[in-house]
Amino acid sequence: MNATSLTAQPIASPHAHGGNSVSRTMFRVQIALVPATLYGFWLFGWPSFFLWLLTILSCLGFEALALKMMGITRIRRTLLDGSALLTGWLLAMTLPPWAPWWVAVVGGFIAIVVGKQVFGGVGQNVFNPAMVARVALLVSFPVPLTQWVYPLPLTSLAAPDFIDGLRIFLTSLPQPDAMASASLLGYTKTELSRGIDLLQSLAGEHAPVLSWIGARSGSFGESASLLILGGGLYMLACGIITWHTPVAVLAGIAIPAAIGHAVDPTHYLSVSAHILSGAVMLGAFFIATDYVTSPNTTTGQIIFGIGIGFLTWVIRTWGGYPEGMAFAVLLMNALTPVIDRFIKPRILGRDRKGKPLDIPESKGA
Amino acid sequence: MGFMQLFKHILGDDWGVHPDDHKRPAADQPVRVMPVPAKLYLPLQQHLGGAARPVVLVGQRVRKGELIAEAQGMVSAPVHAPSSGTITAVTEITAPHPSGLTLMAIILETDGADEWCELQGCDDPFLLDPAEIGKRVAAAGVVGLGGAAFPSAVKLIGASRAKVTTLVMNGGECEPYLSCDDRLMRDAATGIVDGIRIMLHTTGAAIALVGIEDNKPEAIAAMQAAAAGFDNVQIRPVPARYPMGSEKQLIQVLTGIEVPADGRPADIGVIVHNVGTALALRAAVREGKPLISRLVTVNGNCASQPGNIEVRVGTLAEEVIAFAGGLKGDGLGLARRVMGGPMMGMQIPHWRVPVVKGTSGILAFDTVEVSEQEPNPCIRCGSCIKACPMGLLPLEMSARIRNEAYTEAIGLGLKDCIACGCCAYVCPSKIPLVQYFVHAKGELSAQDRAKLRNDATKKMALQRQDRLEREAREKVEAAAKRKAERAAAAALAAQTTAG
Repeated sequence: MNATSLTAQPIASPHAHGGNSVSRTMFRVQIALVPATLYGFWLFGWPSFFLWLLTILSCLGFEALALKMMGITRIRRTLLDGSALLTGWLLAMTLPPWAPWWVAVVGGFIAIVVGKQVFGGVGQNVFNPAMVARVALLVSFPVPLTQWVYPLPLTSLAAPDFIDGLRIFLTSLPQPDAMASASLLGYTKTELSRGIDLLQSLAGEHAPVLSWIGARSGSFGESASLLILGGGLYMLACGIITWHTPVAVLAGIAIPAAIGHAVDPTHYLSVSAHILSGAVMLGAFFIATDYVTSPNTTTGQIIFGIGIGFLTWVIRTWGGYPEGMAFAVLLMNALTPVIDRFIKPRILGRDRKGKPLDIPESKGA
Repeated sequence: MGFMQLFKHILGDDWGVHPDDHKRPAADQPVRVMPVPAKLYLPLQQHLGGAARPVVLVGQRVRKGELIAEAQGMVSAPVHAPSSGTITAVTEITAPHPSGLTLMAIILETDGADEWCELQGCDDPFLLDPAEIGKRVAAAGVVGLGGAAFPSAVKLIGASRAKVTTLVMNGGECEPYLSCDDRLMRDAATGIVDGIRIMLHTTGAAIALVGIEDNKPEAIAAMQAAAAGFDNVQIRPVPARYPMGSEKQLIQVLTGIEVPADGRPADIGVIVHNVGTALALRAAVREGKPLISRLVTVNGNCASQPGNIEVRVGTLAEEVIAFAGGLKGDGLGLARRVMGGPMMGMQIPHWRVPVVKGTSGILAFDTVEVSEQEPNPCIRCGSCIKACPMGLLPLEMSARIRNEAYTEAIGLGLKDCIACGCCAYVCPSKIPLVQYFVHAKGELSAQDRAKLRNDATKKMALQRQDRLEREAREKVEAAAKRKAERAAAAALAAQTTAG
């Protein structure tokens, strides 16, 4: 016969492909992040832009470095898959908007090297890299990681211009008190610890306002809950994520919050305060839905999500930190292999335990 | 996307995939009948089961429809001459298989007369005994035309024994690009319905449910018109979703019953036949015509005139393509040759491979359609889990197989895999999942064979040892006996001498 019969590699079916790719998926997640990110730039000004940019660049840089040190040749291709970029982006979203430059660099190192490449790179990590970095930074550098600023929209006079922004970003000077602020969760926690209950503290004139449109102090990308929700709905519509994880996370935190608030409104924050504050929206739609570190099955994802929501509420309510999303995500990440081990889809023609269905003795005539 | 589909999509109950079907314009072209080629290459094994045994000699003249190779064994099918001519050789040819391995085939040089042998038909098959119909179908070499090519008579006879209640007719044709079943249902609906009624009579089933994907409205309309007078033949449009035409999936959609994992459809009172098979069966029973031709879809971006062509079994794909209008730019840009559908069909090494009874399509793909890419690492996105129509965990199975942990892969359902290809189709990392599963299944059966061989060797060694021991013992016993006899004889002699 001819030469092709000897050289052609037998290729198994299918001979068609749906056209989805890793980079397309990552790109769509990034699209979904754009509205909340742009809003964050507008709200917190130039320093937040520099922070966002450097976090991403450091993630990409450390990814390239790690690959090079491991002797992997496909560096360019791996960088282009968009996963390191996305990790950096998500990490930046969770940082205080005026965090200094070295937070971005150290964060990038922890996320990519410790959180991802040590485990074997994309698809192998047990913990969400952005959350590993977030928690490591928070525990190691509590002061810069809890310094919030009042939103100073770019158009306002008090907002730092490009040069001022760069100065704030690079020198990490202590923030002027006038700009410093507390997040709602941090404020109520402090006040509760001083013996001032929620009704009084939230009624006080220093109480941070809970704003639906997100014009409030908090992490760079977490403020605009509705924009994050919009991004999440876009991902749902694209089929990148399914409803299971986000709904479970929100339910996991809303249900105990509703019960707690109904029983004792002086000590338990309301459902809206919980859901619209801190990282809940970002966590529900962008962090908990991370493919690599969440369970495979929809049932598993519901358990995982409820676990995250509930643990977040527990940590916020009784824990030492005002915000518990990152901790909750890491704890549930650790449980993911266990969930996956016990929860598997039912195979057609078998029962849940994997035993073949019974063959009926008599067929209905 | 319809409302229900969107709803199911949101709920996550959305097994299978929705590939672009690429069925038109090929499906809308009228069928072209290909003239008999000068040479026909007839593999002895065109079906699942034992290969047929040639019953002709080289140089022998045969007429169209004459038996040239008989069935061998319980599950097998005979081969008939698709045209009249002379047998020139019984030799090895390239099999329709990606390996390019060879297969024994009878080569028939046609004489152009296309002269039928005597056929024994039957005016009213409903008066015939089901066993007699089974015999005639077996003798006509009818096999499942959907692709698996399982001998139809074996299924029919098994079904009448198993007291089947429902006959599921597969008109799904869920594979993209293929439209031969669609075309048959549009053009020969009456014949198909007649074939279905003969099948009902043969199996004793009370009702036939004909599942046709809703992307073939013309076929549904034609079949509905043809089945109008018969209450026991129901046309059931089903959603177009791959792999709707897979036996277990179609049964579940049409009857709501699941086939147990270690059972067969007959165990739950169902058998499945392809609509094309019904037509072939009708010709076999009513006219006594054996299965010697079929409808083949020629398609793919490289095919210059896609369409359906009636082809004699044994025609080389090369000649079918040439008849269909050849390849665009003389095959420049051709990236892959496929026999069957794009999801489960086989890549073939070259076009000099014959059309067999189970060949539904000849596809010429360009680089855009196959888009070969190096696989990336798995990102555990779970797309494969959502797509799997069997409820398996393809990503976990492939990870186990990579580590050669085949037993664990079986625990995850490797043996339930139907190799439909949905997982690999949706994988964003382009991991060739089906290739992993096929490899693992091959390894497992190789291990089983090795175990059987080892056991046999061990048994033979033990038997040999036993035999050697027995022989040695017998030798010793014989020697002792001879010694005793000699002693006795000597004693007797001594006694005689003394006396």
